[in-house]
Amino acid sequence: MVERRPILTFFAHATLILGVVMVALPVYVTLIASTHDQARMLQAPVPLLPGDHFLENLVTVLITGLGASQAAPPVGMMLLNSLVMAVTIATGKIAISILSAYAIVYFRFPLRMTFFWMIFITLMLPVEVRILPTFKVVADLGMLNSYAGLTVPLIASATATFLFRQFFLTVPDELLEAARIDGAGPMRFFVDILLPLSRTSIAALFVIQFIYGWNQYLWPLVITTDESFYTIVMGIARMVNVVDAAARWNQVMLAALLAMVPPVIVVVVMQRQFVKGLVETEK
Amino acid sequence: MIKRVAFDHAWLPYVLVAPQLAITIAFFFWPAGQALFQSVLIEDAFGLSSKFVWFENFERVFGDPNYLNAAGVTAVFASCVTVASLSIGLLFAVMADRVVRARHAYQTFLIWPYAVAPAVAGVLWGFLFNPTVGIISWILKQSGYNWNYLLDGDQAMFLIVLASVWNRVPYNFLFFLAGLQSIPKSLIEAAAIDGAGPGRRFWTIVFPLLSPTAFFLMVVTIIYTFFETFSVVHAVTGGGPGKATEILVFKVYSDSFRALDLGGSAAQSVVLMAIVVSLTVVQFRYIERRVHY
Amino acid sequence: MAGVDLRGVRKSYGETAVIHGVDCAVGDGEFVVILGPSGCGKSTLLRMVAGLETITGGEIAIAGKVVNQVEPKDRNIAMVFQNYALYPHMSVRDNMAYGLKIRGMARAEIDRRVRDAAGILELGHLLDRLPRQLSGGQRQRVAMGRAIVREPDVFLFDEPLSNLDAKLRVQMRLEIRKLHQRLRTTSIYVTHDQVEAMTLGDRLIVMNAGIAEQIGPPLEIYGRPETVFVAGFIGAPAMNFLAGRVGQGGKSVHIEGGLELAADHQAGAAGRTVTVGFRPEDLVRGGPGNAVRLRVDLIEPLGADTLVHGSIEGGQGQVTARLPGTQRLAAGEVAALTLAADKLHLFDKDSGKRI
Repeated sequence: MVERRPILTFFAHATLILGVVMVALPVYVTLIASTHDQARMLQAPVPLLPGDHFLENLVTVLITGLGASQAAPPVGMMLLNSLVMAVTIATGKIAISILSAYAIVYFRFPLRMTFFWMIFITLMLPVEVRILPTFKVVADLGMLNSYAGLTVPLIASATATFLFRQFFLTVPDELLEAARIDGAGPMRFFVDILLPLSRTSIAALFVIQFIYGWNQYLWPLVITTDESFYTIVMGIARMVNVVDAAARWNQVMLAALLAMVPPVIVVVVMQRQFVKGLVETEK
Repeated sequence: MIKRVAFDHAWLPYVLVAPQLAITIAFFFWPAGQALFQSVLIEDAFGLSSKFVWFENFERVFGDPNYLNAAGVTAVFASCVTVASLSIGLLFAVMADRVVRARHAYQTFLIWPYAVAPAVAGVLWGFLFNPTVGIISWILKQSGYNWNYLLDGDQAMFLIVLASVWNRVPYNFLFFLAGLQSIPKSLIEAAAIDGAGPGRRFWTIVFPLLSPTAFFLMVVTIIYTFFETFSVVHAVTGGGPGKATEILVFKVYSDSFRALDLGGSAAQSVVLMAIVVSLTVVQFRYIERRVHY
Repeated sequence: MAGVDLRGVRKSYGETAVIHGVDCAVGDGEFVVILGPSGCGKSTLLRMVAGLETITGGEIAIAGKVVNQVEPKDRNIAMVFQNYALYPHMSVRDNMAYGLKIRGMARAEIDRRVRDAAGILELGHLLDRLPRQLSGGQRQRVAMGRAIVREPDVFLFDEPLSNLDAKLRVQMRLEIRKLHQRLRTTSIYVTHDQVEAMTLGDRLIVMNAGIAEQIGPPLEIYGRPETVFVAGFIGAPAMNFLAGRVGQGGKSVHIEGGLELAADHQAGAAGRTVTVGFRPEDLVRGGPGNAVRLRVDLIEPLGADTLVHGSIEGGQGQVTARLPGTQRLAAGEVAALTLAADKLHLFDKDSGKRI
């Protein structure tokens, strides 16, 4: 800042600290709840200092689930399903988008612009607005209750294609020309030159798409009826909505915590790629 | 659009776009087409035959007080979330832009809720405000305020707005911060030399320069509140109490999967598509203008 | 090694023609520079030789074989780009070796060639660096190394020095010259810098608006420009031009404004409307030939020379004289100079062609 105004600087820090606290508050309460036993949960108010049942709760939640009366399988399994879903969606999106972006930027062929617009238009069709017909297609293809059903329909992505297209357009033309003179054909150029150059874009996209895949809610909700394909995010909501869940808030909230830990870790650890991915996919 | 030197290859480009195109057609175009098609048909009770009814489904939808209620709820919800998350995001961004020390730490501690699924965000806040065990509802009760979002529609609305705002502020914060940092320092310095204090500089220099970012974020946030917040509503209030938090996209879902009203839900889908299309067009028109500025 | 033949080479993008038929035979081992202002089509012509642009009409032959339909990689050429076009994620060694690897050359042979090229270009200690860790001059050298290792029939240079600062440009110019003397590889070099062109080329192709205006050795082009464009483009400061008409018998020119200059041309030119050109250094003090009085407007002392800008009595428009640096003149003075009859270049006013 151009001048010193200690009061303003103090005010800025105060606001930000307040913000950080507000942002952290629900997670803190959740974390505390997950360290107590069920009996403690029944007395109002809920505790604000940690208890000593965290490991016990963790084992119960991860391995046995919330008990026979609950409508959800062990959290460990749901975490695994979410991981499969998030990783498959992220890698799948990146793979098909980088290929189609490569075709659209680097090849001259009759239907190029048609394909471009077809991909572009999918930006305008979020899964929520066409949920029933999409569900029907997946049902007709026999993909209900399968990893394929969970992931494949969400893999096509105009955003990822755009990001790669944007990036390819910034790659100097001379690089392609030099490669052609060096004798590289289209696939060789793609593998040897373009792919290594796209590393940072790929990493940025991976972060964004991993979060997107992990946080899917509506799609797994309609596509899975078999518990063994439940994902953690939809599973949590299911647990909360079960009538007698109130008694098990310590375990439900631990599960909620486990549902947010992986994507939060990805964002915090890969913060630079995350910011880059976020800002660039929206350009 | 295309490289100066492009490959000419008879079949390779088609092979390269094929996977994306196949998925796009199977899971985007075909269902969207189905929705359009269904929206002008009415099926009989057994699903054996259907007949073409022009816009009857749409008339039915727009004549349905529940639909109009959902539209109203969506409007209230969208404007509350948009206004709150944009202003809070901007406030944090301006403050973070001002501090030098620990800026990066603040950024880290402010952006992580973006990674939390909206449904989980709803669960976290729902726990705090849970009528029986929630700490905040306990405090409210102690101070004489009767809190039960399961019974009070306004309280339920407040809760899903709160969870969505919490979930969305990081995104707006990041974009505002990026916008602030792209304003040339010399501009601020020139204004300071001209005698403008920090407040005046913000309103006369910084804010006008940020307005494109704000506009962009507004459109993006509206799209977010229309669609991605389905899970908050579903996980926290289930559209209730009554229909106090039934937003449009939630109604499409419940009409599709619970009421099994094919034509009606298809018509609702088409209306929603029209909304996204117009919002996206607005967004792109604006981006184009910015690019050719 | 081999020559390159351009026969009636044309290029158009749709309706727009950008190269209007260029003919030139580049001899084996010759260094030819294509020189022209930006947008004249010189880079396009070079890229057609490389195979990066299609050929609309005419033929290009390398080593006697027509290559119109041949892929760049099969033309046995190597190219040095203006922005170097080094692969950013590969080390210097891999950048140089990439083309050889694709061609399936044996490891040992690749190593030998890379080592040799690195030796010639003094890149030995940089082989494991990435391009971004190199200075501009070093990158330029790697780009040349990548061309050398291929041992191609022809080197193509597309304004390779224009991204370097002035001092480095002079140094690299000398290195390219030395390299050519050593390797004797046929080279085609595109530039808009006439000093580069004059010092590097065995022959120049001066291009303007898609036409090769003149092809010849540098000094011939300087001394006997075939068109007004070439005359004005080559030489700094540029040639002076005055409008005039050739007198009876072709032995004099009437300059617009009244001045009459003795000239040295054939009788056939008599009566034609012409553009008269003469170089700044041909206006001298106390030489033979026409007396010219120059009213001085502005002096630019450069040390060795002094540039004198002003107007000629009996002529219209600005002219420049390049006088020895020892001359003392001031604005407003009139300098008495001479201009020899055989130093006048006469061009037809309409066609711009030399008479």
